[in-house]
Amino acid sequence: MRKVGVLRFPGTNCDRDIWHAVEQVGDTPQWLWYQDRFNPKDFDSFIVPGGFSYGDYLRSGALAAHAPVMQSLKEASELGYPIFGVCNGFQILCEAQLLPGVLMRNSHLRFLDTMVDLTVINAHKRFGQKLEKGQKVHMPIAHADGCYYVSDDDLKRIQDNQQIYCTYVRNPNGSVADIAGVMNKNKNVVGMMPHPERAMYEWMGSCDGQKFF
Amino acid sequence: MFKFGIRILPRPEVLDTQGRAVEATLKSLGHSVLETKVGRYVQLSIEAKDIAQAQATAKKVSEEVLCNMLIENFEIEVLK
Repeated sequence: MRKVGVLRFPGTNCDRDIWHAVEQVGDTPQWLWYQDRFNPKDFDSFIVPGGFSYGDYLRSGALAAHAPVMQSLKEASELGYPIFGVCNGFQILCEAQLLPGVLMRNSHLRFLDTMVDLTVINAHKRFGQKLEKGQKVHMPIAHADGCYYVSDDDLKRIQDNQQIYCTYVRNPNGSVADIAGVMNKNKNVVGMMPHPERAMYEWMGSCDGQKFF
Repeated sequence: MFKFGIRILPRPEVLDTQGRAVEATLKSLGHSVLETKVGRYVQLSIEAKDIAQAQATAKKVSEEVLCNMLIENFEIEVLK
């Protein structure tokens, strides 16, 4: 059974949903508190859940990116462990420079809470290994700061290196190149704004999220 | 102790959504405003042996935490 470290910061609020999703696919979650360090070898992979860490002060994810637990997560990344960030978790991984780019305020300035369709561009070796290139999936978004930005040079770099994870079928927030999720250069770290943990059963409106865990 | 003000603004090539919204409101009130940019201002008090060391600390924390260099620029001013 795979052991999945689930990070918690003050203001994280999707942690129990992630916990449930991890258990549902048969893995064992374990909490990782923001003030603590951990040994990556005790785990198989890591998830940074969504929420409003540190109340989104300064910039979304900016303060969480410098919490003690992130030092251990950086070590885990360097060792090649799979790391998955969802929504605020994606913002935290970008601010920690474990992923390229940054998430800015939605171009129309409104908070978005709706279902979206995504296209899988490149599958991740652990989170979404059951997904195929070009596959369409359906799940919710819920964010104010989901407008993905990278410079033109970096966009070309991540496109050439096949680091784009998934894109929006209809761009809801002004993200560069419709990007909803990206991977790092080594493709062990991945982040996305949509919430697969909120699409685990048909009664949730979709069970496509199961394929991401 | 040395005091600094850090002025953080969006980079010119990045869409400043807040600035754009504020600008639209100012224009709708009939003000002849050409451009509005919205950023943030941070005051720091730093303990250091001299001003050069304090300035180096202010620059380091601005680059590493206060500012995201992909989308923002900052200027440091010395405060009395």
